Amino acid sequence: MATKEHESAIKHVSGAAPYVDDTVDASYYHIAIGGSEIAYGSITSIDLTEVRNSAGVVDVILVDDIPGHVDIGPVFKGDPLLTSSEVEFYGQAIFAVLAKTQFQARRSVKKAKIQYKESAPVLELTDAIANKFYVRPPHRMQRGDAEGALKAAARTPEVNTRSGSMRVGGQEHFYLEGQVATAMPDEDNGVHVVSSNQNPTEAQKLVAEVLGLSMNDVLLETRRLGGGFGGKETQANACCCFAALFALRNNCKTVCRLSRRDDIVLTGKRHEFINDYEVSFAQDGAITAVKYQLAGKCGSSPDLSDAIVDRAMFHCDNAYYYPNVLIDGLRCKTHTVSNTAFRGFGGPQGMIAAETVIDEIAFALKLDPLDVRKRNFYSESGTDLTPYYQVMTDFTVPRMVGVLEASSEYRLRRQATRDFNNANRFLKKGIALTPVKFGISFTATHLNQAGALLHLYTDGTVHLNHGGTEMGQGLFTKVAQIVAAELGVAFESIKISATRTDKVPNTSATAASSGSDLNGMAALLAAREIKKRLTDFLTQEHGCTADQLFFSTDGVRIAGKERLSWQELATAAWVARVSLSATGFYKTPDIYYDRESARGRPFLYYANGAAVSEVLIDTLTGEMKLLRTDIIHDVGSSLNDDIDIGQIEGGFIQGVGWLTTEELKWNANGRLLSDGPATYKIPAIGDVPEEFYVELLADSPNPAPTVMRSKAVGEPPLMLAFSVWCAIRDAIAATVNYKVFPKLNAPATAEEILRCVDEVKASAVT
Amino acid sequence: MLRFLHHNQLVEEPSLPADLTVLDYLRERRGQCGTKEGCASGDCGACTVVIAECILAGDGSETLSYRTANSCITFAGALHGKQLITVENLTAESSSAKTRKNSKGKLHLSQKTMVEHHASQCGFCTPGFVMSLFAALKMGDNKPVSRSFIDEQLGGNLCRCTGYRPIIDAAKNALNQLYVDDHFDLDAAQTIESLKSISSIVNGTGVDDTDLDKASLEKTGTNNEDSDNGFFRPVSLNELYSIRKNHLDAALVGGGTDLALIVTQQLKTINKIILLGGVSELSFIDVTADAITVGAGTCLTEFRNTFVPYCPELDVLLVRFAGTQVRNQATVGGNFANASPVGDLPPAFIALNASIVLASASGERIVTAQEFFVSYKKTLLQPDEIIKEFIIPRSSLNQPESSNRIRNRFYKISKRLDDDISAVCAAFHLELEGTKIVKACTGFGGMAEIPKRAEMLEATLTGRVLDEKCLADAASALRKDFQPIDDVRATADYRNKVSANLLVRLAAELYSQDIATTVVHHGH
Repeated sequence: MATKEHESAIKHVSGAAPYVDDTVDASYYHIAIGGSEIAYGSITSIDLTEVRNSAGVVDVILVDDIPGHVDIGPVFKGDPLLTSSEVEFYGQAIFAVLAKTQFQARRSVKKAKIQYKESAPVLELTDAIANKFYVRPPHRMQRGDAEGALKAAARTPEVNTRSGSMRVGGQEHFYLEGQVATAMPDEDNGVHVVSSNQNPTEAQKLVAEVLGLSMNDVLLETRRLGGGFGGKETQANACCCFAALFALRNNCKTVCRLSRRDDIVLTGKRHEFINDYEVSFAQDGAITAVKYQLAGKCGSSPDLSDAIVDRAMFHCDNAYYYPNVLIDGLRCKTHTVSNTAFRGFGGPQGMIAAETVIDEIAFALKLDPLDVRKRNFYSESGTDLTPYYQVMTDFTVPRMVGVLEASSEYRLRRQATRDFNNANRFLKKGIALTPVKFGISFTATHLNQAGALLHLYTDGTVHLNHGGTEMGQGLFTKVAQIVAAELGVAFESIKISATRTDKVPNTSATAASSGSDLNGMAALLAAREIKKRLTDFLTQEHGCTADQLFFSTDGVRIAGKERLSWQELATAAWVARVSLSATGFYKTPDIYYDRESARGRPFLYYANGAAVSEVLIDTLTGEMKLLRTDIIHDVGSSLNDDIDIGQIEGGFIQGVGWLTTEELKWNANGRLLSDGPATYKIPAIGDVPEEFYVELLADSPNPAPTVMRSKAVGEPPLMLAFSVWCAIRDAIAATVNYKVFPKLNAPATAEEILRCVDEVKASAVT
Repeated sequence: MLRFLHHNQLVEEPSLPADLTVLDYLRERRGQCGTKEGCASGDCGACTVVIAECILAGDGSETLSYRTANSCITFAGALHGKQLITVENLTAESSSAKTRKNSKGKLHLSQKTMVEHHASQCGFCTPGFVMSLFAALKMGDNKPVSRSFIDEQLGGNLCRCTGYRPIIDAAKNALNQLYVDDHFDLDAAQTIESLKSISSIVNGTGVDDTDLDKASLEKTGTNNEDSDNGFFRPVSLNELYSIRKNHLDAALVGGGTDLALIVTQQLKTINKIILLGGVSELSFIDVTADAITVGAGTCLTEFRNTFVPYCPELDVLLVRFAGTQVRNQATVGGNFANASPVGDLPPAFIALNASIVLASASGERIVTAQEFFVSYKKTLLQPDEIIKEFIIPRSSLNQPESSNRIRNRFYKISKRLDDDISAVCAAFHLELEGTKIVKACTGFGGMAEIPKRAEMLEATLTGRVLDEKCLADAASALRKDFQPIDDVRATADYRNKVSANLLVRLAAELYSQDIATTVVHHGH
């Protein structure tokens, strides 16, 4: 479809797009949360006298003041809204305050006197792995006999083996708009909550449970988020619950907005992983067997970690066929904030293991890593089965890699980096081309459903509502485009409205890149229904056939003669008592998965892409500069080119941040030190490569029956950033003339790059 | 009484708390919520506003200078006598308050280009980018703009959605267009008149001492007779000294970009502040044959513009010194007064052998940049003293006749290349005879609890050629000079390694200029 500007673009640039906190006026009371000052232990006493007496404070609550459920864990228990007994991470909420101003609320919290009996916390992932300390039991996925093949390989000279371990760090979401919710009492003891939230239905359910209300007492509304990235899938719910609880206790309007520091400290992040691997491969680089242990640092509770570690397991093949494979996924518990969804949802952490293995094989065989990648791509029958027995079909990776290899002049430039490195003592260049294959669908099959509500008014204008949330990804724009195209009306005549649980119920989170696949299709079905009613009405009224009706933005032309504007058509249909309101409901077909046997078809299709990046590093300081990136990405038939390219570029740069400058640092007591933008460094404008070429794969409608043959685009591009990380490794290797495989971790900060440079230099000497 | 223009409306505020930020003023007191809070620490730029003031142009005419500020760390008092411009003000007047669907017509170029290039996604950072771009458009003709110019102007604004490419394209497009006067230009004469009528204008030659400024000597900013709230805004050094003497408990505020964090992050209150922005005697750069004297109130942007031509090597530090919004507000004096161990100017000034003039009602004294720093966050500054100016000897700077002898080098190592705080900052001032170093002055940040010379290193370098042997000795000297610590920015080990490796870089730059030694390239 034709490109369209973001539906709110003009409002964005004028400061006229309201975010939740922008609606807060002097009539609102403000909430602050008091948290634990230790990582692990039990609370022995709580004295909040000074908090209560602090200026402006009107209400203080502890866990016993919660009328309903205390636990707001989304799938499994483990996330108490407040605790007065056990503490499992630094900052865990113990009490909450309502005050007249935000400053008063936040300041009063500091006056609490809480005493603890501290226990020794488990803070490091390595300790959790060693102690088998888990939030959920381990899970295994396997096909063939990896262990047998690896043992055999050790005895076979022409088969090589390698093993290793790599650490990949977590990531703070750093959405520019922090967590925020407002609540106002509604009649019949109900409550209206407005939240920056990816999952309004779940927030509605949890608010009802926490307050002891029924779901129809609670209305959740989300117009737009100032960024989400997974960080507002479950983590936005606590603010909703606090806001609603105080609003009903005090019969007033409330707002719960976290300060940036509290937001970073109190809410979950991307999981850190330690990935161990053992691989055997033939002389040509073909993998014969591989074994992975993927250990995710889940933090103090399960949250969504079971599915996140599963997705890591689903993606540690990336684009490669493994003849024999065994994958163990560990859900490790630590006394740190519970980690959560973040763009890619574990997929990136699994995929980086595959890219590490490929690089290591290439080094061992002195091959171009691109050739090893190609050698192992999924292909025709015999090499098309994933570790979970889904057959790989319509695999566009080889085609894209071929195009990109040529268009980016990869081989020439690779040689040029070698020439540069020979001529330069301190600075080294590296280059890498990496593919992405990412499975689309929620792996919890029941979540793959969506609803939409469409009204056609008698003046010919349309009101559109669906279960998806707009967090900048352009979902509302795309869905409105779909409706406009299906119905035939002008895009401008569609009013895009806030996501509300009283309009479309029982929705899934806007997550898993599924937003337009699910909601777009639901809206399309609603539009189709209205159009069918209009068609039936017109054919009866005018005695013509459906194919004699021509709908356009101007209205309808009947049998090549009469014209009705949309206003005339809608009014005529109304007078004839035709219902002009319809719901649409969609569930993804043909997917199933049996977790017990780890077999099935969890994904409707795969979204694919490939990237080449070239970097320059300083071997004296570890400083790195990304020089150039070329990307080609498969979005099927694009719903909106510019929005899709925006997702690709934004996801890529976010991935670059994760793999380079974004470093979470805790102190020995489990307190997060990198708790603000002064110490946690997301990419700035200068980190964008001077040469940055992004292209959509041409002529590739999605073979799967998706909405207008498009493909999901939210998460997959983040993983294109592996090209940068692998290029850094290539540059590091240059310091020792490619003799030693650099065991690089992520993020590759300047410090990590320098560590790795020194390490390869040391091993090259010995 | 605080008086300023908000766009073209005169605002008079008799009773604002001294530590109220411009952001909270806008959002909480005026209900103007186009300006967003992303971090409340001056690091993300979502709250960017533009502050315009009347200055004298080179030809003596009065003109408006437009500069960005992070409203989250700017106290409202800083607006006195100036024009505040927020995102709501950019759209041309005649459009209705409610932005109409698909009506791009009234948008300012800085807004329109962002829409047309798909440069907003979630939109939360967008008002801040628009304001930075607006200020960049006001900087005059830089066509064709380079990528590094755009990076500099927008480097203090973070976006988490777009990956910046469309924002770069939007900026490039707008900045490369033929400049057409906007409604601010058309109103400029009126704005200048209004500003002059509400306050003195900074004109480089003195101060128009109106009644208002006399009034500012009185306690202002409170309607509570009993409290000791308020801000002072002296307009001369003598006024400043006398206010200081009587109010030792007041906080001195230059740009306030660090001080404001006490309020926004530590949630403390500052009841009384003395704003230094009105004292034009503190805001100057004076160049003589012997020295360059820099007023302590000179903002970093101004300092960079004027000083760098005399010390081009320093630009690598200044271009990466925080973001543009901070450089526009933060002062040279403030970077010393806050005594951070990781400030970037102190190591440079120490290496350049600068001295500092401290002043009070009872007189002036001169100290060296090094001795100014006593211990962690402690300086020689006495309670009644202020930092008046800095004197950088011309002999430390490269001059045409000495260009073969002097080598000044400044290195900043940080996690992110732009808008980050140094893990290690190193400054070298060397004098050579042939290849031999005859004089070595150094300054390091991030290596000790104060910005500090490396005395052992200096002794090791002096009289020697920086060859392999000397490098080894220098590295071990450096280890004796400093025992850095682990913190959130870097480990001690990394600081040790990097500081020693920077000597290797230095040697390469001294003796073999054709060797590439840095990945950082800024187009200057």
